[in-house]
Amino acid sequence: MIDIATLFGLCASVLVGIGVYAMITSPQPLRKIVAFNVIGNGIFVLFGAIAYRGAGAGWGGDPVPQALLITGLVVSFCATALAVSLLLRQHQVAGTASVASEPATSEATPDA
Amino acid sequence: MSLTDAFSIGLALVVVGLALWTVAARDAFAAVVGFVAYGMLLTLVWVRLDGFDVALTEAALGSGLTGAMLIRAAGRLRDTEATANAERPGALIRLMAALAAGAVTAALAFAVLALPDPAPTLAPQVAANIESTGVGNPITAVLMAFRATDTMLEAIVVLLALIGVWSLGPDRAWGARPGPRYRADPDGGLAYLARTLPPVGLVVGVYIFWIGADLPGGKFQGATILAAMWLLARMAGLADAPPVSSGWLRVALVAGPLTFLAVGAAGALYAGAFLGYPEGYAKPLIKVVEWALLPSLATTLALILVGPPERDPG
Repeated sequence: MIDIATLFGLCASVLVGIGVYAMITSPQPLRKIVAFNVIGNGIFVLFGAIAYRGAGAGWGGDPVPQALLITGLVVSFCATALAVSLLLRQHQVAGTASVASEPATSEATPDA
Repeated sequence: MSLTDAFSIGLALVVVGLALWTVAARDAFAAVVGFVAYGMLLTLVWVRLDGFDVALTEAALGSGLTGAMLIRAAGRLRDTEATANAERPGALIRLMAALAAGAVTAALAFAVLALPDPAPTLAPQVAANIESTGVGNPITAVLMAFRATDTMLEAIVVLLALIGVWSLGPDRAWGARPGPRYRADPDGGLAYLARTLPPVGLVVGVYIFWIGADLPGGKFQGATILAAMWLLARMAGLADAPPVSSGWLRVALVAGPLTFLAVGAAGALYAGAFLGYPEGYAKPLIKVVEWALLPSLATTLALILVGPPERDPG
C-alpha cells in the first residue's frame, strides 16, 4: 500500500526530470517553454504532496502551501506569457525562432 | 489494493506518459495539444491531493489560458520548425542531458522518501486564527489575510507581465488595438457559441468568485473564466480589444492593485501594520479588495492573451 503523498511526490520528481531533459535537448524555443512548464508542474505537484502530508484541523491539506501554490501558478502563467511574447517578437523581427548561435546572418534590426 | 489506489497509480502513470509525449512528439502543435490534456489530468492530481482551489486554478489558468496561448504560438511558428529540428543536439549531448535529468529525479525522489514524519504543518495556526478574518475558506484566509503581501505583489506581477507583453509590439503600432482583428462567419458555429456560452460563463465565473469566501473558488479562477468568455467573443469577431492608449482601460487595469495598496496603507494607520485589518472589519475589507481585483484581473489576463499591439493605429 503506497500512500498518496509519496506516489505523487515520486510522480512529481519524474516530471521535473522529463522537463530538465527536454529543456536541454529540444532545439525549438517553444518546446523549451513547454519543458519549463513541465518542470514547474513537477515542483508544484511536489509542493502539493507536501501540503497533503501536512493535513490537519479537519482540512485535507495544509492551506498555507496550497495558497502559495495558487500564487505560484499565476506567476508561472505570467512568465510563460512573457516568454511566448518574446519568442513571437523574435520571429516577427528576425524571421527565425532559433536559440542557436549560428544563424546570425539575419541580424535583428528593430523596425521604426 | 483498493480501487482509489489503482486510480491514483493509473493517474500518475498517465500524467508521466503525457509529459513524455509533450517531449517526444515531433510536431510542436501535437506537443502543445498533449500539454493541454496533461494539464487537465494534473487537475485530477490536485483533486486527489485535496487541493480543490489549486485544481480550479490549474484547470482555468495552467491548462486553459496557457494552453490557448501555446497553441496560438505553435500555429504562428509552424514554418520555423523544420530549421529548428535540424539543430537537434547530438547523441552525446542527449545522453548527458538524460544523465543530468536522471540525477535531478533521483535527488528529488530521495528527498520525497526522506520527508520528516510527522509532517510540519501550519494548518492548526490557520484554524486558530481563521475566526478573526470572517471567511470560511482557509485558502482565502491565507491569500487575503495571513499572506496578503504575496497576493498583492502577485496582482502587481500580473500587471507587469501585461506591460511587458505590450512593450514587445512594434513602435508604430503603439496606441493601437492589440492583437489581430478576428473575423468569423456571423452565422457560423463559432459565432453561435460566442453568443450562447458567455451568459452561462459569466454566471459561473462570478459564482466561483463569490463562493471563494467559504468554499473552493476565488478571484483568480473567476477572473480567468470571465477573461475566457471575452476571448471567445473576440475570436468570433463579436468584440474587439480597446486601444492600449485608452484611458478608461488603464484605470480598469490599475484599479484592483491600487485598491489593495490603499487598503494596505489604511491598515498601517488604523491596525498598526501594513495590510492589517482593524478588529471586526476584516471580512468587509477583504470583500472590497476582492471586488476591486476581479475586473482588473479579468481584463489583465485577457489582454495578456491577446498580445502586443500590432495593427497600424487608425
